[in-house]
Amino acid sequence: MVQFIVRRLLISLIVLVLITLMVFASQRLLPGDPVRVWAGEEQDPESLAFFRHKYGLDQPIPVQYLTWLGLAVQGDLGRSIRTGIEVRDEIVRRLPITLELAFLALLVAIGLALPAGVLSAVRQNTVWDYVGNALALFGLSVPHFWLGIMLILGFSVHWHWLPASGYVSPFENLAENLRRMIMPAFVLGTGLTAVLMRQLRSSLLGVLQSDYVRTARAKGLSERPVVSKHALRNALIPVVTVLGLQAGALFGGAIITEQVFVIPGFGKYSLDGVFSRDYAQVQAVVLITAVGYLLVNLLVDIAYSLINPRIRLEGAETE
Amino acid sequence: MRSTAASAPRASVSTESLSRWRRGRRVLRRFTRRRPALIGAVIIVVFVTTALFAPWLAPSNPQATNWSKIRKPADAHNWLGTDDLGRDVLSRVIWGAQVSILAGVLSVLLAVVVGVPLGLVSGYYRGRLDQVIMRLTDALLAFPFLILAIAFAVALGPSLANATCAIGLAAVPGFVRLTRGQVLAVREEDYVQGARALGASDLRIFWRYILPNSFAPLLVQATVNIAGAIIAESTLSFLGLGVQPPTPSWGSMLNVAQGFLSQAPWMAWWPGLAIVVTVLAFNVVGDGLHDALDPKQY
Repeated sequence: MVQFIVRRLLISLIVLVLITLMVFASQRLLPGDPVRVWAGEEQDPESLAFFRHKYGLDQPIPVQYLTWLGLAVQGDLGRSIRTGIEVRDEIVRRLPITLELAFLALLVAIGLALPAGVLSAVRQNTVWDYVGNALALFGLSVPHFWLGIMLILGFSVHWHWLPASGYVSPFENLAENLRRMIMPAFVLGTGLTAVLMRQLRSSLLGVLQSDYVRTARAKGLSERPVVSKHALRNALIPVVTVLGLQAGALFGGAIITEQVFVIPGFGKYSLDGVFSRDYAQVQAVVLITAVGYLLVNLLVDIAYSLINPRIRLEGAETE
Repeated sequence: MRSTAASAPRASVSTESLSRWRRGRRVLRRFTRRRPALIGAVIIVVFVTTALFAPWLAPSNPQATNWSKIRKPADAHNWLGTDDLGRDVLSRVIWGAQVSILAGVLSVLLAVVVGVPLGLVSGYYRGRLDQVIMRLTDALLAFPFLILAIAFAVALGPSLANATCAIGLAAVPGFVRLTRGQVLAVREEDYVQGARALGASDLRIFWRYILPNSFAPLLVQATVNIAGAIIAESTLSFLGLGVQPPTPSWGSMLNVAQGFLSQAPWMAWWPGLAIVVTVLAFNVVGDGLHDALDPKQY
């Protein structure tokens, strides 16, 4: 097990270096001179050169990369060139907001997908199943930003029940925080709900036809424990994997959701950074995202091998 | 002697193409038996037709502004109302179909053209090349797709072509993974080993054995990816990174509509509904194809 985790960590590390390299290279090699964008009105060569020197942009790209990597490893992610604020401070302030949003979206998704998936599998080819499937398809097909706009239109503009935008810290006012987060969390959770529900339905349908479930039924167990104790546990294995794969999608969705609901989170920070070509900001954002994604997948792999020992054994045999 | 040698393979080809034709018909029959999939296919046909014939179908010029008709709700002249510049929303939704289908189909085509060969090579030859390609794929998959697309669009300058490229590139890793998986499953099969023993070239093995066996999952993935690409394009346009005004696209229409939610909510209804219906159609057809092509159900 330890060997398995170490191996996975090493591979993740290689992927991480690759990602930072790609981001670095793509930022530097793509056309357009960000210094001119930042410098604004002052376009005289001297101040441009000063800017370049101040932020180390006059160095060769490999040197720039190594400098950045060395500092990043020590936790120094540089300063935003636009605002002069330490990128790390800004991320520390904004990341919790997005994590809260993602966590709430995850709750929404699991809370909706679990009963819906079980119901449509257990009652296959009934109205429940059809409605569940139709809703899941809708969830997959609706763009986050439009769903957000429609919810704002209904709950904020028309009925005045919920505020359309803004953020309040849960430590300041938990009720107000939840009131503002409920629509964004629902919007962000829809896609995930649909994916999880469909996955759970199909894997549960497969498991319900297996021999051991038939045995459980044959020995006289009623349907409820057969599903909840025997079938569901195995059916959840692929669902856990899908959950890990969806982590990236969840973050991508958070960007748009934060944009629509004007939430000052990590997603909006990423978008602002890309729009203004703020090197330090974008690099830091991508680094953090990639680390997060790889960590989640590592956890999923570990969880996976814990739930299902066969995976681990098979992996050990081939390696 | 020579003529019989030449006619023998031709005969085998014709029986094979016959069986392939039969199989195709069976798949089609299984597909059309599923009502949602059939409805989805009809919607796609309508959508494509709308895109192709937009100049004739649209009641008015989608870019013609009319200052006397700013943000008017639906009436006999403007069935879906008008926008903030007095332009006809229906005409703009109809023209917007062009942008969506162009971006959706072309970006997936790009992803297939780049991703499938990479997956073939990676899975067939294995070794160090496979390692490199797979690590790169992993790295790309660790990017949130949208950040990647946005970064590309910002760097290249916002336009439909650049947005399409960005979406296509972001979809490449998925096709590499899928193709590689198929190749790994097929390459050890007896008939592939047999063909190799008979001296078939790698190219022939790809073309004759591996690609046909990977066709079904690739087709399903492509269909579902078109749905994703349409959403992605509308998202980029919504952020102002795709199609530029005054060219109408569903995403950019929603971008404008966001500013007039209380005054003119219809500006937000229709383009969004168009996206949902189109994407839904592609997803349903993808599901239908998945079921119809599933060899387990033969």
